[in-house]
Amino acid sequence: MTAFVSRHPVWSVIIGLVVAVLLWSIFAPWSEAMEETFGRKRIFLNAVFGGVTLGALYFLVASGFTLIFGLMRNVNLAHGSLYLLGGYIGFEVSERTGSWLLAFPVVFIVVAALGLILQNQVFRRMEGEELRQTMVTIGLSVVIADILLWIWGGQSYTIFAPDWLSGPMTLPIVSGTRSSGEIVFLRYPAVRMAILFAAIVVGFAMWFVLNRTKLGMLVRAGVDDREMLAASGVRIQYVFLAVFGFGAGLAGMAGIIGGTFQSLSPGEDTRFLLASLVVVIVGGMGSIPGAAIGALVIGLAEQLGLVYAPTYSVVFTFLIMAAVLAFRPQGLLGRS
Amino acid sequence: MRKTLIAAAAAAAVTLPSGAMAQDEPIKLGVLVALEGAFAEGGADGVRNVELALQQAGFEAGGRQIEYVVAPSDTTPDTAVRQARKLIEQDGVDIIIGPLSGSEGIAMRDYAKTVPDKTIINGISGALETTWVDPAENFFRFNLDGSQWGAGLGTYVVEEKGWTRVATVAADYSFGYTNFLGFAVDFCRAGGEIVERFWVPLGSSDFGGVIASLPDDVDAIYLGVGGTDAINFLNQYNQTGAETNLIGGTIMADQTVLTSRGRAKEALIGTPTSGPLATDDPSEAWQSYVTAYQEAFPEDERFPTPSLFGVGYYIATLAALQGINEVGGDLSDGQAALHEALSTTPLDTPLGTVELNENRQASGSVFITEVVEDGEGGLRNEFKARVDNVTQTLGMTPDEFRAMGLPSRDNPDCAALGGG
Repeated sequence: MTAFVSRHPVWSVIIGLVVAVLLWSIFAPWSEAMEETFGRKRIFLNAVFGGVTLGALYFLVASGFTLIFGLMRNVNLAHGSLYLLGGYIGFEVSERTGSWLLAFPVVFIVVAALGLILQNQVFRRMEGEELRQTMVTIGLSVVIADILLWIWGGQSYTIFAPDWLSGPMTLPIVSGTRSSGEIVFLRYPAVRMAILFAAIVVGFAMWFVLNRTKLGMLVRAGVDDREMLAASGVRIQYVFLAVFGFGAGLAGMAGIIGGTFQSLSPGEDTRFLLASLVVVIVGGMGSIPGAAIGALVIGLAEQLGLVYAPTYSVVFTFLIMAAVLAFRPQGLLGRS
Repeated sequence: MRKTLIAAAAAAAVTLPSGAMAQDEPIKLGVLVALEGAFAEGGADGVRNVELALQQAGFEAGGRQIEYVVAPSDTTPDTAVRQARKLIEQDGVDIIIGPLSGSEGIAMRDYAKTVPDKTIINGISGALETTWVDPAENFFRFNLDGSQWGAGLGTYVVEEKGWTRVATVAADYSFGYTNFLGFAVDFCRAGGEIVERFWVPLGSSDFGGVIASLPDDVDAIYLGVGGTDAINFLNQYNQTGAETNLIGGTIMADQTVLTSRGRAKEALIGTPTSGPLATDDPSEAWQSYVTAYQEAFPEDERFPTPSLFGVGYYIATLAALQGINEVGGDLSDGQAALHEALSTTPLDTPLGTVELNENRQASGSVFITEVVEDGEGGLRNEFKARVDNVTQTLGMTPDEFRAMGLPSRDNPDCAALGGG
């Protein structure tokens, strides 16, 4: 961080200013003139929170994707299918047991197991052949999508959030004042706040594991130079398996979350694959903080776009991606 | 006697060769239908219904065998045209049944002009422009268009429910505009006021920001989204704890939404909608069609009752079969006889008799329904009212209708129609 500030003083100031303005506009009460130009504060806050929580979902999907890419140089285009599979299994588990929380460990284990099988039986056989691996993952994604369509059909599924998360909660953020002068606090869906919280916890846990544990050290060493790591006696295949299983399980759990605040249906797999691709391109391939920033930027762009410029909201995501590719092809936090 | 005999022989001689020739080759129908994207499930029901209509006819019409080829699209116009080209150029189909969505319909109208000796019978696409603006001579639509489907609902909510101030959220594409126009024209003429209009891109999955922007001081919110988008909207609407009354556009409370799994759809209970069908319509034509549909497919491979998309494709297939019967399977001379038969012969459908106007667009009935619980944990639409003879111009003269302008984000102007 300090190194970044000393190397890019101008950029640091600009980024700091943007963050400060954003925070100020979230926490400070808006004057009437501001409400007139930008619309009511409640709308702005909801768009921002919508963007952040959507970003949390994107982060959960994309972090596994970027980790797998960083370590194995394997663009797993079947990642979206793992997301959708996790969502469907989560629906079945929560419907049958009545427990939303129970769905998470079950889905994590099932989808991670599928990930282990994929890595051990498929990708290991074609290690180092990146193009072939990519083609195989495309093929797998088509096959899995058809199997899912066969089992769960084409209708939409929504996973019901438990009672303690249904409905809105009040956040300690002022969304406006009534004409009587009474302060109105922002009410926001509880389930989305829970998801945001979970994503932050997962993000920090990943950061902790990667930076403070032996396994994390191996993964980081593998990202930097896997030949040297293998040569120094580490059984790199086990590291690969762990990372692939974890990434797959995370995508599966994200499927439950996606099914809870959006819905599951055929086609969601490619939508989330595309979202993860955009997120890691913007954030930088192989970087977890990059995935977090990329997910946040894309989530905010989609939601603010939908509210303030619905016609062009579809374009914003790709404009951001194009801008990043043009000026910083390795991604915001990627290493060139 | 001898003269009659000779005449009969001569007649036989004239008809025989053509009859014999006609027997040789089957007539091919191409079914252009969305099997990907938000309407995939409805599209699949369309295919089922084409099959049902053909089964009922014994895969035969006008003395010729009928075959069909399915071409999947993804609700985008370019895919629709590409698939239509494939149907005509590679599969050699004579008649296309389809497409499913509004923008595809407009693209297919233009494509129809490039193949004047083929016939295109609309599946269920509902864009007004398809048969209103510069229509193609060989494009026939036996279903009502999107604006007709909205007619009658506005009067109903104002008079029966007393809801006069609404905000609207509708999908930002041609069907969204058109279906909204039908509702809005009627609603504003009945004295209603539209406070604010929101347009959301098709395929939006996160509506949090839009839901927050909805004004508080309205009687109801009109929702003109469908399929997966509708479910996402309802899910998020529930989660914010919002409780305003809802009014549904035609695809809001269709079978696709009502049969979705999960509880998001429960927000729809009590929502009035309008459309070209009511699943519990007591008329005999409808009831016998529903029975046939239910008997033709096992319960886990169909909807409880046919979906809007399914009925559209069923009626289109009926029209094709009746037309082919009418001309005795004769598709020569650029299918001129078939075109004539299709435009002039009234068609008996499960939704009542349909007649085409000079633009080859149907006039028919609109049904007002409300979503209720079916007592078994599911939801269904309950028949409330029926509005007959809804024309393409919604009861205006063609000139008045033209003067109002085409459906768009800002059209119709509510105040100009008498609303607040």
